[in-house]
Amino acid sequence: MKRFIPLREAILSAAILFLTLLVASRFPGFVAPANLANVFNDTAPLIILALGQMVVILTRCIDLSVAANLALTGMVVAMINVAIPGLPIPIILTIAVLMGAFMGAINGILVWKLSIPPIVVTLGTMTIFRGIIFLISDGKWVNSHEMSPAFTGFPRTVLLGLPALSWIAILTVVAFGIMMARTQFGRSIFAVGGNPHAAVYTGINVGKTQFWAFVVSGALAGLTGYLWVARYAVAYVDIAGGFELEVVAACVIGGISIAGGIGTVGGAVLGAIFLGVVKNALPVVDISPFWQLAISGSAILIAVAFNARSGRNKGRVILKSAEATQ
Amino acid sequence: MTHSAAIAQDVTPVVSMDMITKTFPGVRALDQVKLDLYPGQVTALVGENGAGKSTTVKILTGIYRTNGGTIRIDGNPVTFASPNDAANAGITAIHQETVLFDELSVAENIYIGHAPRNSFGLIDTARMHSNAASLLAEIGAPFSSHTQLSDLGIANKHLVAIARALSVDARVVIMDEPTAALSHKEIEELYDLVDTLKAQGKAILFISHKFDEIFRIADRYTVFRDGGFVGDGLIADISENDLVTMMVGRSVEQIFPDRTHNVGDEVLKVVGYAHPTEFADISFTLKRGEILGFYGLVGAGRSEFMQALFGITKPSKGVCQMNGDLKIIRSPAQAVENGIVYVPEDRGKQGAIIGLPIFQNITLPSLGRTSKNGLLKLAEEFKLAREYSQRLDLRAASLDQDIGNLSGGNQQKVVIAKWLATQPQVIILDEPTKGIDIGSKAAVHDFMAELAAQGLSVIMISSEIPEIIGMSDRVIVMRDGLIAAELPREELTPETLVRHAAGISQPTEGAA
Repeated sequence: MKRFIPLREAILSAAILFLTLLVASRFPGFVAPANLANVFNDTAPLIILALGQMVVILTRCIDLSVAANLALTGMVVAMINVAIPGLPIPIILTIAVLMGAFMGAINGILVWKLSIPPIVVTLGTMTIFRGIIFLISDGKWVNSHEMSPAFTGFPRTVLLGLPALSWIAILTVVAFGIMMARTQFGRSIFAVGGNPHAAVYTGINVGKTQFWAFVVSGALAGLTGYLWVARYAVAYVDIAGGFELEVVAACVIGGISIAGGIGTVGGAVLGAIFLGVVKNALPVVDISPFWQLAISGSAILIAVAFNARSGRNKGRVILKSAEATQ
Repeated sequence: MTHSAAIAQDVTPVVSMDMITKTFPGVRALDQVKLDLYPGQVTALVGENGAGKSTTVKILTGIYRTNGGTIRIDGNPVTFASPNDAANAGITAIHQETVLFDELSVAENIYIGHAPRNSFGLIDTARMHSNAASLLAEIGAPFSSHTQLSDLGIANKHLVAIARALSVDARVVIMDEPTAALSHKEIEELYDLVDTLKAQGKAILFISHKFDEIFRIADRYTVFRDGGFVGDGLIADISENDLVTMMVGRSVEQIFPDRTHNVGDEVLKVVGYAHPTEFADISFTLKRGEILGFYGLVGAGRSEFMQALFGITKPSKGVCQMNGDLKIIRSPAQAVENGIVYVPEDRGKQGAIIGLPIFQNITLPSLGRTSKNGLLKLAEEFKLAREYSQRLDLRAASLDQDIGNLSGGNQQKVVIAKWLATQPQVIILDEPTKGIDIGSKAAVHDFMAELAAQGLSVIMISSEIPEIIGMSDRVIVMRDGLIAAELPREELTPETLVRHAAGISQPTEGAA
């Protein structure tokens, strides 16, 4: 039997490798370990958010509010830092995660209890979150000189050769790998997306599972909110504007079925890395940003066409001879 | 009994199906059947589930091609290559669930596909509405042609479907269980409409399970059984009892497993389950090792009650006891916890989870037992899945395989294995053999007998009389949301079951 999902991941890995080598052939410095680590670090926020988004999409929902959640949490922790500069980083991290999770829970409650379509809920909360940033900040920026050095320094702290930002992304990937493959919650997510009717008969609460998916996505958005603001050392209303679409694109390219139920952690991560490489590699070889957009767009279409082909109903096996070859 | 009295005997049928045969791979759905439809008359097509009624409708409306036999329109042989051909020949069908568009107006629904055009080739809205209005007036519809369809109830949607049939100048109207979803008053209105159509000379094919309806509005009957033609004639010449006998009388007996019928102590006791609109006063007991059949017409409320028992919907009243302990079941998770599992009817939609491999489908409701400290033990999962897939003789290359690649019968085995793995005490099987071939049916029956012998209590919902009689220790017949009868095994005959399900009084000697 053909094992389909690893095949998809193999193709995506090959595409990433091809792109990297193409750039390296003209600019060998691109494949220097230090530069690759940089590219990875640059892609880390996308990886973290794509994993959260993956869980939501797997349950047949979508979370368009991740970037706004990120921006609001980032603004709040930045303002907290300005107000109480001495607050230790672990507390900042906890606040960011809890706050993000709370915003995710709002999405989740609306989807679960009021049965509002997820795209509508998160489109609404996306706008509301951005509006709240404006209200609490008065439209002003929080700049680097107002933030404490510990606050801005944390994501750059190098541990075993990689910055903390990269390590957090790696830990998230590992945690999600375990969660999706080895916990009941992970299994419920696949069940809810794969066949919600059957999930009900199995005793799985579909709405509740979707609620928790939104909480997970929100928590990661909150976490990324702090990391983002600290890394770029600035917080304002429009940070990460439109980033939610890049996150969804990473999932789609990584083979997460937008219809739910099908997808892997590896796929989401590779999808994010693919976009990260495109973004970082093309400027190096002097390809205009417009081409970057075109390449990202084509990658999405190719990925979706590929999914549609593989997801096509194979039909029933009626011929005995065909059954034998299965 | 009321039916139009004078029926001319020498009229040529509008449609005449002769020696029609239809085969699907491995199944002969229709075997040399005949069916004649006469202008200005209602012909009732009578038969159990699986008798071939739907196949006949699909042939008449051009959806299926025949494998043999002739269809004649006004005596001339025709072939329908597509639904369009059937429509052009003046045949139209009104389905149980009307196939209309909620977001369009009534007039647009009536004229979709053949709207009047103006000289620019655009739809002539004014003419469409005035034509529609006159059609609606003709059938006495109490709403305007501008009404949006979603604002209408089911009965009025039927009227729209009928107006649509009239707009294409249909000569033959097929009504496939048109009253299934209607209230009493709406049914009366439908009868009036059928009379109007008859008066206009339309030939009507009326498909229904309800004998009172058939005797109320049909002029003729045709009986099919197991895809074969049994007989036809005038309704005036036959009694309800004779029609029941024609419908259920069996030529071939299916073989069912021998069962010892040893039942033990009471396992489940259901008291007074009720729901505002679906069922009321459902009380019964279930004993260890017993197979309790639930028989009734489609829509009698059997599945609806089971869903409430399983905690999917909330009953307004009622309690159940498991082994004497009172249980409140308000979610499927609680039902599974209390040892009740439900294998639903639509296994494609409600059973297998495509996208998860076989072993994960099997262990899904048992994950509590295969995990430790919140982490799933894959080896334990495989062990559990292997144990139950072997018990069910599952044919699969590997348990890691995607369930979507399995045949229907094997997918069903996976779904049943999933439930057995939860070690239930009560298993509810909703139409366990619907849509599977004879060989697989026998396997499912053997397996049910085995489960019962091992002390599992089985509730089997089935609309197939041989299966109900062949497998059950006891049968509860439901009609219109109520328990119509509870019959011990000794009293099970096809006639008794059909009578209770359709609400026909017991036969009296010499009744005509």
